[in-house]
Amino acid sequence: MKLINRLFIILISCLLSSVALAKDLTVGLKSEPSSIDPHYHNLGPNNAFATHIYGTLVGSDENQQHYPDLATSWKPIDDTTWEFKLRKGVKFHDGSDFTADDVLFTAQRAQNVPKSPSGFGTYLKGKEFIKIDSHTIHIKTKKPYPLMPNDIMTVKIISKKNGEGATTADYNSGKAAIGTGPYKFVEWVPGDKIVLKANENYHGAGTGMPKYKNVLFKPIKSGPARIAALLAKDVDFIDNVPPLNVAKMKKNPTIKLNSGPSNRVIYLHMDQFREDSPHIKAIGGGKIKNPLMDVRVRKALSLAINRDAMVSKVMEGIAVKAGQLLPAGFHGVSDKMKPDAYDPTAAKKLLAEAGYGDGFEMTIHGPNDRYINDAKIAEALAQMFSRIGIKAKVETMPKAVYFKRASRGGPNKSPEFSFMVLGWGAGSGEASSPLRALLHTYDKSIGMGRANRGRHSDPAVDKLIQKALGTVDSDARGKLLAEATEISVGKNYGVIPVHYQMNTWAAKSGCSYTPRTDERTIATYLNCK
Amino acid sequence: MTAFIFTRFAQSVLVLFIMSLLVFGGVNLVGDPVEMLINPEADQAEVERVIRELGLDRPVTEQYWYFLVNAFKGDLGDSFIFGEPALKLIIQRMPATLELALFSLIISLIVAIPLGIYAGYKPDSKASKVIMAGSILGFSMPTFWVGIIFIMIFAVQLGWLPSTGRGEIGTFLGINSSLFTLNGLSHVFLPALNLALFKISSVIRLTRAGTREIILQDYITFARSKGISEKRVVLIHVLKNILIPIVTVVGLEFGSLIAFSTVTETVFAWPGMGKLIIDSIYNLDRPVIVAYLMIIVTFFVFLNLIVDILYTFLDPRVRIKGDH
Repeated sequence: MKLINRLFIILISCLLSSVALAKDLTVGLKSEPSSIDPHYHNLGPNNAFATHIYGTLVGSDENQQHYPDLATSWKPIDDTTWEFKLRKGVKFHDGSDFTADDVLFTAQRAQNVPKSPSGFGTYLKGKEFIKIDSHTIHIKTKKPYPLMPNDIMTVKIISKKNGEGATTADYNSGKAAIGTGPYKFVEWVPGDKIVLKANENYHGAGTGMPKYKNVLFKPIKSGPARIAALLAKDVDFIDNVPPLNVAKMKKNPTIKLNSGPSNRVIYLHMDQFREDSPHIKAIGGGKIKNPLMDVRVRKALSLAINRDAMVSKVMEGIAVKAGQLLPAGFHGVSDKMKPDAYDPTAAKKLLAEAGYGDGFEMTIHGPNDRYINDAKIAEALAQMFSRIGIKAKVETMPKAVYFKRASRGGPNKSPEFSFMVLGWGAGSGEASSPLRALLHTYDKSIGMGRANRGRHSDPAVDKLIQKALGTVDSDARGKLLAEATEISVGKNYGVIPVHYQMNTWAAKSGCSYTPRTDERTIATYLNCK
Repeated sequence: MTAFIFTRFAQSVLVLFIMSLLVFGGVNLVGDPVEMLINPEADQAEVERVIRELGLDRPVTEQYWYFLVNAFKGDLGDSFIFGEPALKLIIQRMPATLELALFSLIISLIVAIPLGIYAGYKPDSKASKVIMAGSILGFSMPTFWVGIIFIMIFAVQLGWLPSTGRGEIGTFLGINSSLFTLNGLSHVFLPALNLALFKISSVIRLTRAGTREIILQDYITFARSKGISEKRVVLIHVLKNILIPIVTVVGLEFGSLIAFSTVTETVFAWPGMGKLIIDSIYNLDRPVIVAYLMIIVTFFVFLNLIVDILYTFLDPRVRIKGDH
């Protein structure tokens, strides 16, 4: 009898595991999260990883579009109040119920994590969370706040019961790492591995029930080593395949590659606030009035860029030409703007019109370990500019040095460089993100233009951006943002977009990853046969 | 002996102090950790909160003073990135690096000493020439490249050994190490060999030079004339006498194995201190960089001391000042 019982159990468990969760998955990650605490460090690898364990009220799909996760619906009920209806019957990993109290607790905790090197205060401050009943909350703001779902999308919901008094260390050890997500936390050995197991009671929103019984993340920083681990079958799936390797890997029948455009635009910032720009000289080294102040010069530089060559040669075909700040399909992009066509003759004419027909000398600064092929991009730009008579030197440096100098390396903490290669990923998944950070006038008091390293400033653009940020109607807001882009990028050349980065994931054959525009690597978006 | 150790200890403290000044100063000159840590979408207010939170709004001198005061209490500061004590992070990863360094030291001694003695004993034979040429290769090939080639051959093509990471951890005599399990050994072999390659080459050359010098000594001729077998001459008289320079170099280089395992650890995703320091440098995690360098300096200082003490056992001619 005992034997029959045991056989029966084995049979059942075999059946169960082979039907629902047959497989284990090992993932080779370029960047490991710095914590299991979802509110400790607001940065890409952490936010991507936390999605496995924790849910959000508003989910973000592969195109950063919203879907109902822990909230089933949300809408503004008056100018300054949003109502969120919470999903009923959701359980945390420890079996306790998810209610409005957990949301209120999360909202408090997420902006007050001690020692947090980058917090969620940006998304939560000025918002008052009110519990209406156990599954309804209201969020009140002082002024109309249309981007509420975009902000709420970033904040992972933790359990009040397990989270009260818990420190970041309690999350890292797993004690407090209790969420509602598709996977449960098992173990983290920093630098070595993170182990997760399927949450069989997942509520099934987003990509549905977890497809793997156990998921193991292994941080493998070096690109060639990550590829080798996949080829050696030590891992099933890797992210951040270097473009250089893509062509060769495509020929390998045991590997499936998936590439997709990201929300990250590679663009050029130009000094527009100093008559005497530190890295620009007349030919021969004499003083010269900063040519980048003249919109004709900025336009000429854009026309001098051969974006087709940039994409096909420098980026090995793994990029998309850019004419604005976000690719088509995102909210608030303009449908009128196209990437500037390569036209060195027109560029030379514009330079002559502006009084710089003899050209000038300029140093292009860029990072060499931040964006895909960033140093090569800077070098290619220098060559392209030399064709219209601009003698460009290139200086690249590690991001650790670069960003400080680019933001505040000059006198009085002003940006140091004259001409910079930079990138911007729109975390909110719509056009206000790059517009307010890169093209709104730099203004500390209202938190605008923080990354405006060229200090471009146009009151008309500022007005449009601020109006958009206060417009609740989605279509009207989209139009305002598109108009702001058309003026600031299309007319003013406040920045010059070059291309949108593409990311490539690789998995063993039989598997396929749905590329995410936010560059995140999330196991639930990998489907295996 | 006690006086000697005491003097050396005082010197070490001075070295550590000067080192802390240099490292702290140097690290604070470079870049801005906040730019590395913060989400680009954060506004200026959030940036300022982080600057205050990390204590970066204070003058460097004040930061250094806090560092010194805390360092005396055994606290080398909290990592900017992980928010945990830097010392804890490093110690957590130390066993992985130590076992890698130890295993590669063993590999290099087992391989290099016999080859070196042979090459010194029969310098004109073909095999010796191959060994010496091989050692030049070992010196000159970049570790990163060799590591990748090893992975491509032994993990991807042949599938004999795993390509990445540390294996299962076993416990023996209360020590946790992946050297105690078969799976762990299979994981450590390739990175250890990769790390050992340079060491093998230098020990071969050292052993060969020592052997060639000693084989001409009078006492070897005398031993031979007494009719002692060649085997005994080599294994006892030669081996014993070439050990002194080898111990010096190996002792010092054990430190460098640990300090420079960074490349190997990166290629093989080995979760040791080397990988931690590389990541910390890339992300400007200042407290971890400073703590790591302080630990490595301490390591070198003490290894030197141990080597000096070992001398007295190996060579009675070496007298330490304090003994007189």
